[in-house]
Amino acid sequence: MIGVDLFWWIMGTGLIIYVMTGGADYGGGVWDLLARGKEQARERRMIEAAIGPIWEVNHIWVIFIIVTMFSVFPKAFAAICIALHIPISLVVVGMILRGACFTFRGYGLQPGATAKRWGMIFAWASLITPIFLGMTLAATSSGEIRLVDGEVTSGYFSGWLSPFAVCTGVLTLVIFSLTAAVYLLHEVEPDMVQRFRDRAFKAQIVVLVLLAIVYGLAHRDAPIFAEQLDNSALIWPLRFFIVLAVGAVFWSLKNKHDDLARMAVVAQVAGVVLGWGLAMDRYLVIPDLTIDNAGAHQETLEAMAPVFIAGAVLLVPALFMLFRVFKSKSKEA
Amino acid sequence: MDDLFSARAQMGLSLAFHILFGIAGMAMPLMMAIAETVWLRTGNQIYLELAKRWSKGTAILFAVGAVSGTALSFELGLLWPGFMKYAGPVIGTPFSLEGFAFFFEAIFLGIYLYGWNKISPKMHCLAGYLVAFFGLASGTIVIAVNAWMNTPAGFTTVAGTNEIATIDVWGAVFNPAFPTQAMHSGLGAYCAVAFAVLGIHCFGLLREKNNAFHLAAAKIAFGMALVATPLQMLSGDISARHVGEYQPAKLAAMEGLYKTQKGAPLALGGIPIDDEERMIGAIHIPKALSFLQTGDADAEIKGLDAFPEEDRPNTFWVHLAFQLMVACGSAMMGLVSLGAFLWWRGKRFPTQRWFLKAALLVHPLGLVAVEAGWCVTELGRQPWVIYNIMRTEDAVTPMPGLWVPCLFFTALYVFLGITVLILLNNHVFHSPSVVAVERSK
Ligand code: HDD
Ligand code: HEM
Ligand code: HEM
Repeated sequence: MIGVDLFWWIMGTGLIIYVMTGGADYGGGVWDLLARGKEQARERRMIEAAIGPIWEVNHIWVIFIIVTMFSVFPKAFAAICIALHIPISLVVVGMILRGACFTFRGYGLQPGATAKRWGMIFAWASLITPIFLGMTLAATSSGEIRLVDGEVTSGYFSGWLSPFAVCTGVLTLVIFSLTAAVYLLHEVEPDMVQRFRDRAFKAQIVVLVLLAIVYGLAHRDAPIFAEQLDNSALIWPLRFFIVLAVGAVFWSLKNKHDDLARMAVVAQVAGVVLGWGLAMDRYLVIPDLTIDNAGAHQETLEAMAPVFIAGAVLLVPALFMLFRVFKSKSKEA
Repeated sequence: MDDLFSARAQMGLSLAFHILFGIAGMAMPLMMAIAETVWLRTGNQIYLELAKRWSKGTAILFAVGAVSGTALSFELGLLWPGFMKYAGPVIGTPFSLEGFAFFFEAIFLGIYLYGWNKISPKMHCLAGYLVAFFGLASGTIVIAVNAWMNTPAGFTTVAGTNEIATIDVWGAVFNPAFPTQAMHSGLGAYCAVAFAVLGIHCFGLLREKNNAFHLAAAKIAFGMALVATPLQMLSGDISARHVGEYQPAKLAAMEGLYKTQKGAPLALGGIPIDDEERMIGAIHIPKALSFLQTGDADAEIKGLDAFPEEDRPNTFWVHLAFQLMVACGSAMMGLVSLGAFLWWRGKRFPTQRWFLKAALLVHPLGLVAVEAGWCVTELGRQPWVIYNIMRTEDAVTPMPGLWVPCLFFTALYVFLGITVLILLNNHVFHSPSVVAVERSK
């Protein structure tokens, strides 16, 4: 049966892939910002070479999610756009500056000092954007955005400024940085690898701490969300899975198993997003909008499902080809 | 500034900004792939160099297009939640098709830009054509949405209200205005970009008469303009008739026709004065409008008086924009005709200085026509966001203080626009002189 649940899962899958791919491109910008010392120019070039061919593709997942949202859950899309106008606008500005300045730096044919300035904007935008993205997502979980008769009544500052939301924002940023550092193990020149292993290790520690803080704060700032998380049937398997993945990241970084580190990080990220999805439990905006009352039309679902299936069938080999051309280990960096 | 005005200004500006990159994303890959094909066929290094240089400039255009397009997808919701809440389910499918087109476009673009040494030249060239194809596809599919706003179709409403009862998604995609509008805006993209590129390289030729690089570029751009421009004129005529049939208020505003009449004249130029319901300074060609619209010189054409005052668009801007588009189109048509004649007579691309100067003069007009044409479409639809269904004022967000994002985005786009111009300038005028190209062989 084609129903709203299918599209809930499609959006969730899109979000997981975006965090795993597009997220890492933001993380790359963070490491660009943190590059220090004599080698920083070379380091930045390596990060740039890794992001360059793929960031535009990775970025489209976000458009995919938006489009699915407004087609299938138009009431939720409208409510989110009204209640979270401010943080979403900030995300948009960040995305614009990040993408544009990254390209200006790489393709500008400008003298080094000017190019460096574009690099600074790129890097700062990469840092800020994930924070607002995380705050936006957290706000939908907070329970503070309220609707009466389909109209948003809780104003423009609800949900996204709480400590829970801010910490989720920072968590998002650090997760993105962690994935980037681990992916870069395969991209940078051999003498840099250890440096990124150390960074990934530290980022993983911070992720762990922030996960705990966010979990705690959720009980205060997002009670319904926290309760659903704790009561979910899958919560124990998921906790176990995430802990296992985190352990695997630590172990493989210590023992220089970069391939395993990559798999473990991917698993961890998927687990965290999945956990968020479980805790949302068919809500799009807690507590007033669920996938059942967000305005879906059956005809739309039935028309879009084949489009998605056909699109996916064509997309997977094309994506595979892209990553093969640029990300195969044998290639010269 | 009131909030509705700010929202309209921000939306219009964002779209006007994005369209420039959108049309470049449609036409530039085609030109690059053509240049590369010439290189593959003839082995002439200049064409390879050309494809490479164009691709570097295009990388910048693409990135700015992608981020400004992303901003648009959000702005639809941020500024017009009422519209999206209503229209989302109906027009979501073309948007998701467009999303897939973007994926493929970006994938092949990545391969094209970064894969020069990673795949065979033939495959590389193929990737270029695929970028062009998916660029055209995304540009066409998004038009389905805009055409739907002009001629909404594919849904039924609950009796006595506008509330949607049932949806026929494909009926919405293939709404009445889609074919004409897609054809006109698609061709318009190739026209406008071809002229812009032609002008740039004619400028290069004015500075260095024998620069083989600029000559090769000018030839390809001229070829594209020669094919697209006459077709564009034809398609404009079809569009105008379609508008007359389906959106009569827009046609009346385009023509500044205040009174419904038989044997309506065509107005060239002139300024409509809404308060007095008359045009000043226009040249009227008797019966021409009736004839162009229907083939019958005495047919009746609806004027603005056929519509209640609150349902009329802003005649002044719509008429002016329409005149501007037609004037640009005529100038462009003049230039390609002239160039084709000179080329045919001289058996080589015309490099007479006066012709190059003329091309330089005309080259921005395609872009101007695109912007003007969109003003006709969008301002001519007012006060409706969905024609005869939803008013723009009912679609806007309740968010107060919209002048803040409006000013902010304006500043951002001005900044990005200027930067892009400076960077493109760097690319164009780093073109190798003939000598350099000869040496590199
Ligand atoms: C190179 C660009 C270009 C040129 C030379 C022309 N146009 Fe155009 N026109 C466009 C680029 C464009 C456009 C920007 O692409 C529009 C905006 C919306 C659309 O679908 O196409 C447009 C819209 C547009 C519309 C409104 C369609 C609607 O609202 O549904 C009409 C009636 C015309 N055009 C008619 C003409 C005529 C009679 C022309 C002949 C001289 C002409 N155009 C030349
Ligand atoms: C890219 C070329 C386009 C340009 C230059 C353009 C221009 C404009 C302008 C000037 C306005 C403001 C009109 C007014 O309120 O007076 C506007 C409004 C709008 N446009 Fe477009 N437009 C373009 C394409 C599109 C497309 C393809 C869509 C469909 C997805 C679209 C959707 C809208 C919406 C929703 C509004 C706001 C509501 C309204 O004012 O009617 N536009 N556009
Ligand atoms: C009406 C005329 C339009 C045309 C011809 C057009 C064309 C294009 C093209 C060819 C691209 C590819 C990238 C590039 O060239 O820079 C693009 C990018 C994009 N456009 Fe538009 N577009 C139009 C309007 C719109 C509208 C109204 C929206 C949103 C509602 C939109 C959303 C996007 C998005 C999200 C991207 C980014 C895709 C990516 O990340 O690669 N476009 N557009």
